[in-house]
Amino acid sequence: MNKKINKTIIINIVAAIVVYAVVMILTQGGILGRQAMSIIIPCCVNVILAVSLCLLVGFLGELTLGHAGFMSIGAYAGALTTNALELPPILELIIALVVGGVIAALFSLIIGLPVLRLKGDYLAIVTLGFGEIIKSVINSLGFTGGAKGLTGISAYSNYKNFTFVYIIVLLTIVVIANLVYSRHGRAICAVRDNYIAAEAVGIKVSKFKTMAFVISGFFAGVAGVFYAHNVGILKPVNFDYNKSIEILVMVVLGGMGNIKGAIVAAVILTALPEVLRGASEYRMLLYAIVLIAMMLFNNSKLRTSLLEKRNMKKAMNIQKEGE
Amino acid sequence: MALLEVKNLGISFGGLRAVDDLNMSIEQGSLVGLIGPNGAGKTTAFNLLTGVYAPSEGTITLDGENLVGKGPTDICQAGIARTFQNIRLFSKMTVLDNVKVALHNHVSYGLVTSFFHIGAYAKKEKEMDERALEILKVFDLDGQADTLASNLPYGKQRKLEIARALATEPKLLLLDEPAAGMNPNETKELMDTIQLIRDKFKITILLIEHDMKLVSGICEYLYVLNFGMELAHGEPTEVLNDPKVITAYLGE
Amino acid sequence: MSLISNIVEQLINGLRTGSIYALIALGYTMVYGIAKMINFAHGDIIMVGAYALYVFAALLGLPVPVSIILTIVVCAVLGITVERIAYKPLRSAPSLAVLITAIGVSYFLQNIALLIFKATPIPFGSVIKVSSFKIGGIHISGITIVTFIVTFVAMAVLTWFINKTRAGSAMRAVSEDKGAAALMGINVNKTISMTFAIGSALAAVAGILFICQYESLSPTLGALPGIKAFVAAVLGGIGSIPGAMLGGLVLGIIESISKAYISTQLADAIVFSVLVIVLLVKPSGLLGKMKAEKV
Repeated sequence: MNKKINKTIIINIVAAIVVYAVVMILTQGGILGRQAMSIIIPCCVNVILAVSLCLLVGFLGELTLGHAGFMSIGAYAGALTTNALELPPILELIIALVVGGVIAALFSLIIGLPVLRLKGDYLAIVTLGFGEIIKSVINSLGFTGGAKGLTGISAYSNYKNFTFVYIIVLLTIVVIANLVYSRHGRAICAVRDNYIAAEAVGIKVSKFKTMAFVISGFFAGVAGVFYAHNVGILKPVNFDYNKSIEILVMVVLGGMGNIKGAIVAAVILTALPEVLRGASEYRMLLYAIVLIAMMLFNNSKLRTSLLEKRNMKKAMNIQKEGE
Repeated sequence: MALLEVKNLGISFGGLRAVDDLNMSIEQGSLVGLIGPNGAGKTTAFNLLTGVYAPSEGTITLDGENLVGKGPTDICQAGIARTFQNIRLFSKMTVLDNVKVALHNHVSYGLVTSFFHIGAYAKKEKEMDERALEILKVFDLDGQADTLASNLPYGKQRKLEIARALATEPKLLLLDEPAAGMNPNETKELMDTIQLIRDKFKITILLIEHDMKLVSGICEYLYVLNFGMELAHGEPTEVLNDPKVITAYLGE
Repeated sequence: MSLISNIVEQLINGLRTGSIYALIALGYTMVYGIAKMINFAHGDIIMVGAYALYVFAALLGLPVPVSIILTIVVCAVLGITVERIAYKPLRSAPSLAVLITAIGVSYFLQNIALLIFKATPIPFGSVIKVSSFKIGGIHISGITIVTFIVTFVAMAVLTWFINKTRAGSAMRAVSEDKGAAALMGINVNKTISMTFAIGSALAAVAGILFICQYESLSPTLGALPGIKAFVAAVLGGIGSIPGAMLGGLVLGIIESISKAYISTQLADAIVFSVLVIVLLVKPSGLLGKMKAEKV
């Protein structure tokens, strides 16, 4: 069993290096156009968002629709930090990441403690509500620039700084993937599968719900900081529940609880509008159809029978090996 | 003093007395049965003992420690583990992970270790694997450690639930109808396993069961509930021949 | 005097918006009661209703009463179709899957409207022309009066239908226990379809009243009233019909008062805060029933 794990680790490391090399060759070699270059960082931002939401939806099993809210807190906190500082860019960015992440995590904790007593549909709507509250509060405050937006944010995380952003993306993936395969991650999954049984074996359900919520909020904040320093201007409308749903779509398409899937889905869904520039009107329609089709397929008889066939094949192979 | 002392335990739902004035005294290392007709309040009694419901009145003490007012998590840590009448496994996790979840409070490392898999991670995980496999072996489940819990056949799911409960290292194990849905062969095998774990893990067992053969075969002491109240208690042979008990089960 | 009449006017405004929320909330609550799902796309039925009215009355030039009836029919049929295609196959699926599907349907409807009618708002004057009047210095618009009357009638008819008719008791039975209802000879599929049809028809009515108020069409016009109405349904206790009515009216009044006396920008935040507070105090809403999981 250990050998198998080592093999996947090696494959993952190789994949990470290959992706990095390809992006570097494409950007340095001048093969990509300006438009294509401009989606590299948004891809990274969305990967962080999708992976962190995956922890909540896939592993904790709770649907939250307020992820964009935590992202916006990180974005504003980070942007205000770098606007106030006079340090070398990379230092400013690192400080902003920590500030943005921690403040977003703090809000997750404050909001999570009461809200996580709710379950299922109620939790979904209340988190959506909180996302909207955060949005309209930012809208009405003075130091956030209100509806006109916060401007003058230095472009620290553009594609020239890809290496740094990429390292943080990898760190996010490693932390969340590792967490899932640890005693804390198992406790989170146990809460998802059966919270009554989890309590009965000594797992503090509310503690692990809050833990997942805070970790996820932290990374949403980090993603927000990168986003802010990539687009240069922050407007509350960019963080409404449509953004939360966009992230949710990535997690769902990735297979809910499949981190690799979420990463691939995030990259594809960010790149797709560029690829399908002519058909941009149809993009959201396509999202909608894919979302519905995915859910229908996942819960259909077709899928069950396909799975059964595959299991059958596996069983046959095992039997053959036995002989 | 007995391991578990229950005095005047009662709970009402609306106007209904689900459990009324229950008294139990369970000795260390004994194997005790809790029986009674359907709706007698047996599972409710379990839910009171494990903190799922807070009792309206009465006291529960385990090894001298008061349990009233504690929630399920704390009671588990105090030393009571249970299985459920309707199986509650972590269905999307493997058999091994089901048991490892229960080891959560016994083999521990910090959150940062979880994030980066550094330091004690490998050693502690290995220790967990070994302990979990050792328990699974008792139930002959070690061969299926990597199977998803929901893919196990029914009888094995019941066994896995017992294995998971044992992994929390309880002083007292509560089994809610462990033989429900099993055929006579499986039941026979289960009886042996229950006796085996009592001796091997040196724990005390309280079980709810309808199968009278199982109850009279392995239980050393019985409590009988009817309409939430204690009808009789004593050695199996005398209790099962008690006219009151026979009437409760068979009717007038 | 002027302060009092101002407050009264705000209350009337609140009741008017609240009535529309209540009509939409009824759809959410009925569907939740019977299918145990949040029909996230319900708000977009309002949008479809508004556009349908525009097509019938303005583009095709049909008489107003005919247009209104056709609009209601279109929405009811749409509600049934959506249920058949997207929700029915998921009846035994986890609630997360159903909720995500409903979000997908919502996006689908919005983007279809976007493709057909484009993003630029279309001005569309009210088809209901009732003159306004004044009582003791308080100005009440004609559409307000119509909204009150229509909402009152719709609620009265719905309450009668659910409590006094055979179809209504079938609905109540299915929402209690699908399996048992089927064994008693109730056609579960037909009952669920009927629930979606009624809910969508009410949304169409709400859409008509809404568009006569705001007089501007856009593909996302249903999203915000949809979410507000959903908040209203949850506030009142989702699954409870009187709860939806109460929740809608309460929400409308809170919104109108906060807009007038606190801050226009923070009005939405206040509305959601009220929801959060109510749910934390009473997790099942004002009039909802809590079901504990059996251990």
